[in-house]
Amino acid sequence: MYNSDKVIPGIIIFVLFVTLPIWWNHGKSVAAPEPELPKKGRCVESKEYMRSHHMQLLNVWRNEAIRQGMRIYTSSDGARFWISLQNGCMKCHNNKSKFCDRCHQFAAVEPYCWNCHIPPETKKFKAPKASGLLKLFGVPPVLHGSSQAESYGHAEH
Amino acid sequence: MDRRKFLKLAGLSVTLAGGVPGFLNREVKARAYTPPPGALTARRWGLAIDVRKCWEEPNCNECIKACHHLHNVPDIPDKKREVKWIWKDEFEHVFPDKPNEFNNIIFTHKPFLLLCNHCEHPPCVRVCPTQATFKREDGIVMMDYHRCIGCRFCMAACPFGARSFNWVDPRPYIKDPNPKFPTRMKGVVEKCLFCYERLEKGKIPACVEACKKKALIFGDLEDEHSEIVRVLKSRFSIRRKSELGTGPSVFYLL
Repeated sequence: MYNSDKVIPGIIIFVLFVTLPIWWNHGKSVAAPEPELPKKGRCVESKEYMRSHHMQLLNVWRNEAIRQGMRIYTSSDGARFWISLQNGCMKCHNNKSKFCDRCHQFAAVEPYCWNCHIPPETKKFKAPKASGLLKLFGVPPVLHGSSQAESYGHAEH
Repeated sequence: MDRRKFLKLAGLSVTLAGGVPGFLNREVKARAYTPPPGALTARRWGLAIDVRKCWEEPNCNECIKACHHLHNVPDIPDKKREVKWIWKDEFEHVFPDKPNEFNNIIFTHKPFLLLCNHCEHPPCVRVCPTQATFKREDGIVMMDYHRCIGCRFCMAACPFGARSFNWVDPRPYIKDPNPKFPTRMKGVVEKCLFCYERLEKGKIPACVEACKKKALIFGDLEDEHSEIVRVLKSRFSIRRKSELGTGPSVFYLL
């Protein structure tokens, strides 16, 4: 082989670099997430089932409730529940940041439920944030009334 | 490897690759989903607006306030980006196919209440590429916000301007959020849903309940004995742009 004195160390360095994430984290462990469960009451299904399948269940739920109008869920043991995230699940799991977020952050998943659904701990919404682009052009983040009239009745006359 | 062995091996591989993981990975078990008991049901929900009663209180906005508070509709001051489910406008905008030019004079400064017409043949549903908006069996033109991709075809298709697009995150403009109902997010279209969430609980729509003058009559248009059918049979009513053939379910009693 030509230039083996350069090629072989090169390959070794390349392999070490590519596998960096593996041995960099070797031997370290991150604490398992500890979501806070409600003190009393029962969930719609078993803990194990909910742990592994809540996302599929929620997906079926939203389709059944919104698209088919099926609001009542009869669980595998015959108990009946009102299908709803805000008015169902979150009535018992009444803290999103201590329940949902703990595992989701650990698993680095960002479900977009909360773009629309309101977490139980949210009482008021924040003022709009100014993005970098808005700041650059000096556009205020809060929308104001346009030059047109505000409401019905003043528009034409 | 001869052909026979190869085929055996191939068959086994396919079975292992496809069948076994599918068997192990159990989907949601078939459990029962049923409609809520005590829900109000109809074959075709409709609304009749007694405009003369409405005009008795020209500055009353109780229906709009009730609806917009209950459904977390943002109050965006910018007219170009405003979001509305139920609102008021003048005759010449509401009924552009006016019978004659004097109507505009009669009805100057007379508010007409506007909302989604929940058409019998909704053009918005025809154009929606994701079926995010669809027609329920009870006539409600429903929105599944989970599916809306914000293409705004429905807004172009709707001849009544009943749909609003969220140009910005609506949340900062909701002063007093209702924790029992979701908000919408930036990039989806929203509109009146005839209070499907209240009908499920056996309640009439919020606007109908909020009206002090009882100017709004909600009911089943296909039920001979409902109040709305009785009123529509006895009084003259018009619908918006009925010549387009969309079959609005909102009637204006004059």
